[in-house]
Amino acid sequence: MGLIEGQFEDSYITTKIDLLINSARACSIWPMTFGLACCAIEMIHAYGAPQMDFDRYGVIPRATPRQSDLMIVAGTLTKKMAPVLRKVYDQMPEPKWVVAMGSCACTGNIYQTYSVVRGVEQIVPVDVFIPGCPPRPEALFHGIIKLQEKIKEGRYIRKPIFQEETL
Amino acid sequence: MEPPIIIELLGEKFPGEVLASGESLGQSWVSLKRDRLADICKYLKTTPEIKMDYLIDVTAVDWLPRTPRFEVVYHMRSIKHGSSLRLKVPVEEDDPKVPTVTGVWLTANWHERETFDLMGIIFEGHPDPRRILMPDDWEGHPLRKDYPLGGYDWEFKPW
Repeated sequence: MGLIEGQFEDSYITTKIDLLINSARACSIWPMTFGLACCAIEMIHAYGAPQMDFDRYGVIPRATPRQSDLMIVAGTLTKKMAPVLRKVYDQMPEPKWVVAMGSCACTGNIYQTYSVVRGVEQIVPVDVFIPGCPPRPEALFHGIIKLQEKIKEGRYIRKPIFQEETL
Repeated sequence: MEPPIIIELLGEKFPGEVLASGESLGQSWVSLKRDRLADICKYLKTTPEIKMDYLIDVTAVDWLPRTPRFEVVYHMRSIKHGSSLRLKVPVEEDDPKVPTVTGVWLTANWHERETFDLMGIIFEGHPDPRRILMPDDWEGHPLRKDYPLGGYDWEFKPW
């Protein structure tokens, strides 16, 4: 260790490894499509349509939760569907993120009724909320880019910074 | 056969069963006692001149301040003769039971399950009396007028 001893700034090498991990995770988000309602149409549009092409962000849709990092909850979540959503979320390997797409997934929207869950954050922890009814594919892109920014700030092998919670 | 004539025929064939009848927006309706409902439906389906072979809908209406509170409604149509008929069966709140018509029209099976699920009408003799839309552990019947519009307080209880 004589050569590199005392040559670098504080925790230089571990920071770079974190950067590598974060970049790899942020640039290969494989989402699981949890399409529940009309928002799913916009989501499919964002995935597959030639003028949209989600793959350029490294977002490649997977058909199974066991290969996914991200769950995009697109649509109205009913109370009957809620245990299924939680079950699918639990099947996803760590690390995992959740995007609530559309007003229904964020807050329940106009459906203040007996059967609709008002916000999927009651069921799973949500990282990014995308409002809109339904949001345009561009809005979904914006949400994914925000999620990438969040992932890139993650600290995995570094000690976490304890700071005041801004929630 | 025209619906008003069918209603007249029902009154002759099943005396004392017809409570009231009338016409609304060109559609005939007849209000019946519930006891011989299955027999009446079988008669309506099997008689060749009437032949109500298509059960369009089974549902219920909640007239909350009124008694009897519920009215179970059956819409039926004869594809052969092109005539339609509406049956109404009033039931009380403390005894919301109606005989099933699953033996007459098989399609009544799921319609009656839905009516039980959302309105709490019990169909006696139904082969599969489970809920169809709401979760199995749901409490109450959400389309009743005294059920709160936003539902009761709900907490996520997995499994």
